[in-house]
Amino acid sequence: MSDPLLSVRNLSVSYPGRTGITHALKEASFDLGRERLGIVGESGSGKSTMGRAILGLIPRPGIVSAERMDFMGSSLIGNSDRDWQRLRGRRISMIMQDPKYSLNPVKRIGDQIAETCRLHLGSSRKDAEKRALSMLEAVQIRNPDTVFTLYPHQLSGGMGQRVMIAMMLVAEPDLLIADEPTSALDVTVQNEVLRILDRLVRERGMGLLFISHNLTVVSSFCDRVLIMYGGRILEQCAARDLADAKHPYTRALIAAAPSLDHPKSELATLVRDPEWLK
Amino acid sequence: MIDIADLSVTFGSGNRVVHAVRGVSLSVEEGESFGIVGESGSGKSTVLKAIAGLVPNSNTHLTVQGRPASGKRTKADRRLMQFVFQDPYASLHPRQTVDEALREPLAIHGLDDPENRIAQALSEVGLGVEHRFRYPHQLSGGQRQRVAIARALILRPPVLLLDEPTSALDVSVQAEILNLISRLKQANRLTIILVSHDLGVVAHLCNRIAIMQFGKLVEVVSAADLRSGNVTSDYTRALIEASRGFVRAVD
Repeated sequence: MSDPLLSVRNLSVSYPGRTGITHALKEASFDLGRERLGIVGESGSGKSTMGRAILGLIPRPGIVSAERMDFMGSSLIGNSDRDWQRLRGRRISMIMQDPKYSLNPVKRIGDQIAETCRLHLGSSRKDAEKRALSMLEAVQIRNPDTVFTLYPHQLSGGMGQRVMIAMMLVAEPDLLIADEPTSALDVTVQNEVLRILDRLVRERGMGLLFISHNLTVVSSFCDRVLIMYGGRILEQCAARDLADAKHPYTRALIAAAPSLDHPKSELATLVRDPEWLK
Repeated sequence: MIDIADLSVTFGSGNRVVHAVRGVSLSVEEGESFGIVGESGSGKSTVLKAIAGLVPNSNTHLTVQGRPASGKRTKADRRLMQFVFQDPYASLHPRQTVDEALREPLAIHGLDDPENRIAQALSEVGLGVEHRFRYPHQLSGGQRQRVAIARALILRPPVLLLDEPTSALDVSVQAEILNLISRLKQANRLTIILVSHDLGVVAHLCNRIAIMQFGKLVEVVSAADLRSGNVTSDYTRALIEASRGFVRAVD
């Protein structure tokens, strides 16, 4: 295997508070190549914190520390605001869960996407518009010319999410972090959006960090999976082997989900073991 | 138990009218667990709200236990069915303790012995005495949903209406709440109508399932048929397919 795109060793995030320090993320280590890496966990497991830490988006007074955090050979530790500005949106992009809150409500769709090109690629106005249009086409929006002139509130959830993806990919980043990109969408739309992501990742050779709470989606979509609990990475495995996961937490999570294919009279509930946090 | 004939619900007027539900007819037997699934905007929640009498301009013939329940509801009508909503934080008053939240329906319906009823309702849903005087923000999501279920069941209604009761919860907590609902259903011989977008949840809890799309009823199937894919409409098939996860396009 060639050098990984992203290499993280002992990444920790903590928040000092009145009652002591909260460790949102503790000593996470992993490598990401040009692949689809899934991160699953329940709320509070630190999965979103991890995505944000990689982009340098942990707000004050949060403390980020890492032994190593290398992106394409250069370290992300100690980046200045200026360094981050060059990376974010250009080399590393992030898709958020809900397009409603992540798009600028008073700016037309086309202008928002074109802005990315002008800012990061230094394109001319004309060229930026052309790129924005072709990107809208690439995320399979049927009439890109019309959508180009619309405002975010005129779009459905699925369309909004596609626009977000278009905006994040127009600068052709090397790494895409997707934080619950399909959780706000209906199942049928969800799969369409995943198909678009899948195609773009394959065609452009991007690395994808796919954060989700949905085991079914992650195991069917990703190549590898990290399972997180209480700010720690409990287990890593190939996505297709998730059903045979070893860690008791992962096994309990799988057993707790009602499944269409395996009817159960009673769902297994989770007994949390303090040992897992050691 | 519950019969709906030709339910239609519209919102707005003039040329901005939205037909949320168009001509839905259903009947739910006593003691049955009936599920309604569909994507957002399919009208599934509106059907449930219309049954509870929470939709003002519905045009329907609704009978509950043989009695017509259209028009203005009496207190006795309302006691027949109680509602559990999706987001337990939004459906509990932030400045009411659990005790106050549970006391309110008892006061409205003039039931005696609130102390014992509250204590019993809490123990039924697996909450201890220590939770009784807490505020919603001092409870976890799963505990809040338990309070919402206790509040619904404290009047001993024969019918429980559940609108996405677990979709705001983590999988492990969802499992606990689903187990609780099925245990309470057995113990109290409840008739349940459950609305969800999750086929797995609905198939787990319900015997019969209605599939809705664009405000219309697509079909009603048994849970076994839903699991085995023995369904007639293409839309239901697409839903089942989609809920099994992502399928990489072959090219």
